[in-house]
Amino acid sequence: MSVLVDENTRLLVQGISGREGSFHTEQAIAYGTKVVAGVVPGHGGTMHVGVPVFDTVAQAVRQTGANTSVIYVPAPFATDALLEAIDAGLPLIVCITEGIPVTDMLIVKRYLEGKPTRLIGPNCPGIISPGTCKIGIMPGHIHKPGQVGVISRSGTLTYELVWQMTQLGIGQSTCIGIGGDPIIGMHFIDCLRLFQDDPATHVIAMVGEIGGNAEELAAAFIKDHVRKPIVGFVAGQNAPPGRRMGHAGAIISGGQGTAASKMAAMQAAGIRVCRSPADLGREVAAVINGAVAKGEER
Amino acid sequence: MKIHEYQAKAILAEYGVPVPRGEVAQTPAEVGATARRLGGRVVIKAQIHAGGRGKGGGVKLADSAEQAEQIGAQILGMTLVTHQTGPEGRLVRQVLVEEAQEIARELYLSVTVDRERNRPVLIASGAGGMEIEEVAAHAPEKILKVCIDPLLGLRQFQARCLAYGLRLAEDQQPQAVALMQSLYRVFLEKDCSLAEINPLIITKPGKLLTLDAKLDLDDNALFRHPELQRLRDPHEENPLEVEASTHQLNYIKLDGNVGCIVNGAGLAMATMDIIKLAGAEPANFLDVGGGASAERVEHAFRILLMDPKVRAVFINIFGGILRCDVFAQGVVQAVTKAEVHIPVVVRMEGTNVEKGRALLQQSGLNFSVATDLRDAAGEVVAALQGSGERTA
Repeated sequence: MSVLVDENTRLLVQGISGREGSFHTEQAIAYGTKVVAGVVPGHGGTMHVGVPVFDTVAQAVRQTGANTSVIYVPAPFATDALLEAIDAGLPLIVCITEGIPVTDMLIVKRYLEGKPTRLIGPNCPGIISPGTCKIGIMPGHIHKPGQVGVISRSGTLTYELVWQMTQLGIGQSTCIGIGGDPIIGMHFIDCLRLFQDDPATHVIAMVGEIGGNAEELAAAFIKDHVRKPIVGFVAGQNAPPGRRMGHAGAIISGGQGTAASKMAAMQAAGIRVCRSPADLGREVAAVINGAVAKGEER
Repeated sequence: MKIHEYQAKAILAEYGVPVPRGEVAQTPAEVGATARRLGGRVVIKAQIHAGGRGKGGGVKLADSAEQAEQIGAQILGMTLVTHQTGPEGRLVRQVLVEEAQEIARELYLSVTVDRERNRPVLIASGAGGMEIEEVAAHAPEKILKVCIDPLLGLRQFQARCLAYGLRLAEDQQPQAVALMQSLYRVFLEKDCSLAEINPLIITKPGKLLTLDAKLDLDDNALFRHPELQRLRDPHEENPLEVEASTHQLNYIKLDGNVGCIVNGAGLAMATMDIIKLAGAEPANFLDVGGGASAERVEHAFRILLMDPKVRAVFINIFGGILRCDVFAQGVVQAVTKAEVHIPVVVRMEGTNVEKGRALLQQSGLNFSVATDLRDAAGEVVAALQGSGERTA
């Protein structure tokens, strides 16, 4: 069991013919993801890495029954790709592209309002339900099917956490990389809600970072709505204010968005917050061996 | 990207936002000549990318062209220290010379992105001249906000609500509405992350005027703004950061002595955190990116070592798509070429990690190869202590 993606996912790849798109589509197919279509305007009717290519998302959806799209289109064209996918009514869109202007994302978010589509990203590694479906750029082999739901704003830091868990024999239900931009699709809260309702997820691991107040909002939500145990980390405890730390959204501005504030809010909500990223796997193990074995809830 | 006040004002003026008459000057003689053209009574303002210039002595009033020239000589070439520059300060290379104004009231106006609501937000306050964060902390009731629907834009009624909220006089309201709409257009069309006028003054004759302005630009949008790319001032950036950016390396200089090379921004921040927890100080943030080539790793090494404070290097790589063996080759190549004489601790995990570690060990170079993240941080600190460096 998992959330958002599984063996019923029928994936469409926007930008399948590019370097990234080709490589990661092959990786996804090798992992077992059902890739049913690619979309590249002007390339309709061709095949790429063994996948039929269409000119438009609407055509691809009509002819293949695709229910999820992943976007590898470069930033200057990604906004249009996003709007096209939303317009086609796809239930789930995963946007890997880094570098989309914020004003474009404001339009995308506005267009999403009132629509049935969920967006993950942009500027994210993607989403994986280990053993059944991999969408994005994460290495599949570090994951293991299991009971921990992972939500993270980061890429390689998520791999770090996942690998720590896998080495300890702890598997994951679904890992969602929500992205490092200031304006993103699904936030922590949207994912927490899904994991709370997923019977296969017993523990949640949440990796935040400096910038914005998504972690604080998530903490407030957790207090009232999440019963499952949560382990957390916030990257950037030593980041200088006013500087963007790699991710467009990772900036402390006007004293807002510090790791200290996020960690305090998360702790107050009952999350087991690790100060060191090296402790994450062990902390999850401790929760599983202790709290969950005893049937104890937060 | 940050730009100078004079550049921001020029952009605002293009969009019809009222700004004082003024010109930028690089020499005291130019300051004097400009002051003469503007009628003698002028303000001379240091142009650096940091706030708090007035308190640091970088903004001064002159009553005559002669005095302006003297003040120009003081400010040009001075190292201006403000709460935003750090103790090292910034060298002033140019000043803005502007007509002095008679001020009746000071207001605050800005457009930025509300990350929680996913909307642009127009913020106004009657407490102009202060930093808005300070107002927010001490007198939040003085801050007025309007969320803007990006499909509708900023409507007149919304701007009018703010103008009433600021208790502007009847004849100032249409000026304020037009000004707010222009500021929103600048924010949108120039892809700003912040478009701020602070203070927005009401002059004694009752006109709204931009006394100081700040535009922060969205780096992600610069690809579609060649006109804005030209406004970049490399003098205002750390030279190592400028160098790193030319090799697509995301590098931020910090004050510690442990140089870091990491793939991925989140892991790079987490690496800084664990160095600090282990009792040392990171010298930098550095994300080599997902598809780092041997060449890019080499550049990363070279730039790290240009920082004289660096006494040890910590390489933390999680090989996903970037395979550990490929990365290890890059490291060996870089260390061989750059003649590294300080301890290097490498921690690698992920795809092809065994091959990668073997490559490092066989290189005959002086690496410590760690497997665990915690051990790696400990080894870096031990290496520093071994070399007689002070740790925190």
